[in-house]
Amino acid sequence: MTTSTRTSNGADRGAFLPGKARQWVTLVICASLLAAGSLFAQTPTPEMPRMNPELEARLKKLETELRCLVCQNQTLAESPAGLAGDLRREVRLLAESGKSDSEIKEHLKARYGDFVLYRPALGTRTWLLWFGPFVLLAGGAMVVVVIARRVRATPAATPALNQEDRDRASKLLDD
Amino acid sequence: MVRAWRYLLPLAVFFGLVWFMWKGLSLNPRDLPSALIDKPVPAFSLPQLHDKTKMLNAADMKGKVWLLNVWASWCVSCRYEHPVLTALARKGVVPIVGFNWKDKPEDAKAWLVKFGDPYLLSVSDLEGRVAIDLGVYGAPETFVIDKAGMIRYKNAGPISEEIMNETLLPLIQGLNKS
Repeated sequence: MTTSTRTSNGADRGAFLPGKARQWVTLVICASLLAAGSLFAQTPTPEMPRMNPELEARLKKLETELRCLVCQNQTLAESPAGLAGDLRREVRLLAESGKSDSEIKEHLKARYGDFVLYRPALGTRTWLLWFGPFVLLAGGAMVVVVIARRVRATPAATPALNQEDRDRASKLLDD
Repeated sequence: MVRAWRYLLPLAVFFGLVWFMWKGLSLNPRDLPSALIDKPVPAFSLPQLHDKTKMLNAADMKGKVWLLNVWASWCVSCRYEHPVLTALARKGVVPIVGFNWKDKPEDAKAWLVKFGDPYLLSVSDLEGRVAIDLGVYGAPETFVIDKAGMIRYKNAGPISEEIMNETLLPLIQGLNKS
């Protein structure tokens, strides 16, 4: 039983809650919706000055290769979540301090694990993820080949026609 | 023999699939393993919520087993775990440091007055940069840190009484003895 109790900033966790707590949480959500918008809001990520178009292009590309950990199927570039804004700023600060793309990825990986990379690195833990589909494809191809060979090896099921059949057939065709 | 294989192999594949799917049902995709387990707490230095002029360094807590609890006044699930933390604080087995994440200090203080303050003290991470160093991706989140300053466990999401009694308390007691 999962209750989503996330706020608009998306960093709040959904929780496994029993029925009573769920009612209570619903009440709290309603109450917080009724409250003024500024109340209990997450502090926003401050805007960063954009100076260098080259850096902007690099950041844009980098942001599409990193995962937002709140909206898990979105990249950092797409996600509106508060944490994604913070992570974009972190990436920007790291890039401005002269870190290379791979150093930035390594920096985030050390904190959030492989999951933060949209294209996970090839390693002992991820080889199945990378090659699993090809292994399945090869397995399927093998099954097809085996079946095809077996079909070819079995003698034709339709017996040869004898003279009587031929006569009947030509008679039918002539009519 | 070959005949038996023709039936047993697809059956095995079928049960393999069922096993994976069954496992998949009980997994929580939001439960990400922390990359920081058995690594030292990042060396942060943050102002205290109730007195901005005083800082708390991660190193200040060395020599104690302690909890670092990420919370915020905008976090609804934090209210769910709040009574569990309050009960733990009352027992006095472990100091809980509050990590007030991307919150307005006045909102945070009002929240503690309203619901009670289970924390030894809280620190404010207004910008959320230290939170990134900690690998925080949502609130609440709770780290168990040992005497040497190593992160031994992380609970992502609200702590239920069950998690507290069956996981956290035994772990804390074990760490306290060592």
